[in-house]
Amino acid sequence: MTFFRAENLAINFGGIRAVDDVSFTVQKGEVFTIIGPNGAGKTTIFNLVSRIYDPSAGRLLFEGNDITATPPHRIAELGIARTFQNIELFEHATLLQNLLLARHVHRKTGFFSELLFLPSVQRMEVEHREAVEKVIEFLDLQQYRDALVVNLPYGVRKIAELARALCTDPKLLLLDEPSSGLNVEETDDMAFWIEDIKKLLGISVLMVEHDMKLVATVSDRVLALNYGRPLATGTPLEVQSHPEVIRAYLGG
Amino acid sequence: MRFPFKTTYEQDIRLFRDRTTAVWYGVLVGVVLALPVLLSRYYIGEITWVFIYGICGLSLMVLVGYTGLVSLGHAAFLGIGAYAHAYFLQLGVPWVASVAIAVVITTACGIVVGLPALRMTGIYLAIATLAFAVIIQEVFTRWEAVTGGFSGMAVDKPVIFGVRLADEASFYYLCAAVLAVTLLLTRNLLRSSTGRAWVAIRDSEIAAQSMGVQLPLYKSFAFGYSAALMGLAGALFAHKIAYLAPDIFSILFSIQLLLLVIVGGLGSLHGVVFGAIFVALLPPIIAILRDSIPATMASVASATGVGVIGTIGRGIGGFLKMPGVEAGIFGLILVLVILVEPAGMYGRWVKIRLFFSTFPMYKRDSFKRQKSYMRSERLR
Repeated sequence: MTFFRAENLAINFGGIRAVDDVSFTVQKGEVFTIIGPNGAGKTTIFNLVSRIYDPSAGRLLFEGNDITATPPHRIAELGIARTFQNIELFEHATLLQNLLLARHVHRKTGFFSELLFLPSVQRMEVEHREAVEKVIEFLDLQQYRDALVVNLPYGVRKIAELARALCTDPKLLLLDEPSSGLNVEETDDMAFWIEDIKKLLGISVLMVEHDMKLVATVSDRVLALNYGRPLATGTPLEVQSHPEVIRAYLGG
Repeated sequence: MRFPFKTTYEQDIRLFRDRTTAVWYGVLVGVVLALPVLLSRYYIGEITWVFIYGICGLSLMVLVGYTGLVSLGHAAFLGIGAYAHAYFLQLGVPWVASVAIAVVITTACGIVVGLPALRMTGIYLAIATLAFAVIIQEVFTRWEAVTGGFSGMAVDKPVIFGVRLADEASFYYLCAAVLAVTLLLTRNLLRSSTGRAWVAIRDSEIAAQSMGVQLPLYKSFAFGYSAALMGLAGALFAHKIAYLAPDIFSILFSIQLLLLVIVGGLGSLHGVVFGAIFVALLPPIIAILRDSIPATMASVASATGVGVIGTIGRGIGGFLKMPGVEAGIFGLILVLVILVEPAGMYGRWVKIRLFFSTFPMYKRDSFKRQKSYMRSERLR
C-alpha cells in the first residue's frame, strides 16, 4: 500500500490547464519536493491535495483511501496538515491559541459541555496544552507563547505556522515554500527542523520549495514541473542535471 | 508590575488570572449588589438598561467580534424574543418556560438566517441580515393576531415561580444575574475549542478549514448562539419597556448595537460591558446635562455678573434640546473612536492599565502596529 499517491491529477481554470496529468507518490518517512518555475502549478497541487480545489480529473489516495471527494475539513482529521506560502495564521490571537486551534481535530467535547466548562473540558484543555507544549519545545518557541501573532516578526511566524501544522499530529506534512522570506541562517534552521521532523517525529513531508540548497539538503526525491506538466522525478541531483529541467529554468 | 508565576497548565484556563483579579471582580459584584440601596429608582432603572444592552452586546460580540460575521439585523432577533415571550406570557405559560420558548424560537431563526452566511461574508452578509430585519419588522406590523400590530402589546411585570418582581430593584437584580450568567457561559465557550474555532474563522477561513474546522457548522453555531442570547435579552427587554411596538425594532436599533460593540472594543468581553454602559447611559446623561448646564451657568452668571455665561448656557441647553442631537452625538463619538482608538474603550483601558503597571517606564509605542502585507488574497 502506498502512503500517498496522486494519479493523473489535472485541474482547469477556465481555459488554462494549471495542472495537467501529474502523478507522483510519497513513501512513508520521506521528504518529497516539488520544484518548478513560477506558475508551474506547485501551489495548485497543494490546494488540490488539501481539497481546497476540486480536481478536473485524477485521483488522490492517502493510506489506501480515496480522498478525492473528502471535504477539506476532514483532511486534517485524516492526518494531512499544511502550511501556506503567504502565512495564514490567526493574527489577532496569541501563538498559544493558534497552536491550540490546531488541536481542533482531536477535541472530544461538545458545544454544551464547553458552554459549562465541565471537568471533562478542562481535562481536554490540559491535554491539548501538553501536546502543544511538546511542539513549542521542539521548535524553540517558548518566548513567543503569549505574544499576539500580529506582533511577531516574519521569521517567527513562518516557524509558528510549521508549529501549528505539527500540532495536528499529522502523518503527512505539506510545506508550501518553507524558506520563502527567510534569511540564510533561518533557512538553515528550517532545513534542520525538516530533517528532525522526518527522523525524530517520523512524519512524511511533501514540500514546494525554490531554494535549491534546501531542496538538495533535505529531499529524498524531487518532482520538477513546468506549465503544469511533470518534467522529471528522481533524487535531487538527478533532477537538477536533467536537460528538460535545465531548459525550463534557463531557457534555450 | 506583577509577573504571574505559572506552575501548572490549569492556571492558564482559569476564569481569573490570579487572586487579585478575582478580588477586584468580587468588589464589582459587591458594588452591583449595593447600588439599588444607594441610588434612586430612576438611576436603578437606567442601570438595568446597561445590563439588557450588555446581553444584546454580548450576542453581537460573539458574531462580529469573535466570528467576524457582520449583522445589521440583530434588532429583529431582539424583537422576535420580546414578542414571543410576551405572546406566550399572555397565553398563561409560566415565565421560565416562556423565556425558554422565546430563546428556542430566536435560536431557530438565527440558524435559518445564518444559512446564507455560510456562503456570504462582509458587506453582502450585512445586507442579507438587513433585509431579514426589514422583513421581520413588517411581520411584527402585519401579524396582528400575535403582535397586536401598530396598536402594540402591553407586557406585565415578570412573575417568576409565583414571585412578582414589581419594583425596579428586583428586576435590576434579575437582569444583572442574567448578564453575569451569559458572560460566564460565553467566556466558557471562548476558552475552549468552539471559541478558538470562531476566532480562527474570523482571522483566516482557509487556514481554519485546513486545520479541520467545519466552517458551516461553526458559523451556524455562532449565529444560533448569538440569536439565543438576543432572544433572552428580548424577553427582559419586553418587561423593561412594558409596551411593544414594531417601530422599536428598527434598523436604527441594530446600528446602535453595532455601535455598542465597536465603541466597547471588538473582540473583548470587557468591551461588551463598556459599550453597554456607554450606549445605555449616554441618553440619560445628555438629558441631565440639558437641564443642569443652563441652570449652573445661569447661577454662575448671576454670581459673577457676567451675563454672557448665562447666554452661552441657554444656548447649549437649547442645542441639546433639538431633535436628532442624541443621534448626532452617537455618530460623532463613533467616528472619533474609529479614528482615535480603533480598539475601542477596552483598548484604551488596556493602555491605561499598562501605563500604571509599568508606571515610570511606560512606552507609548508599545501599541504601535507595523503595517504588514503578507496575507494571501488569492484564495478568498
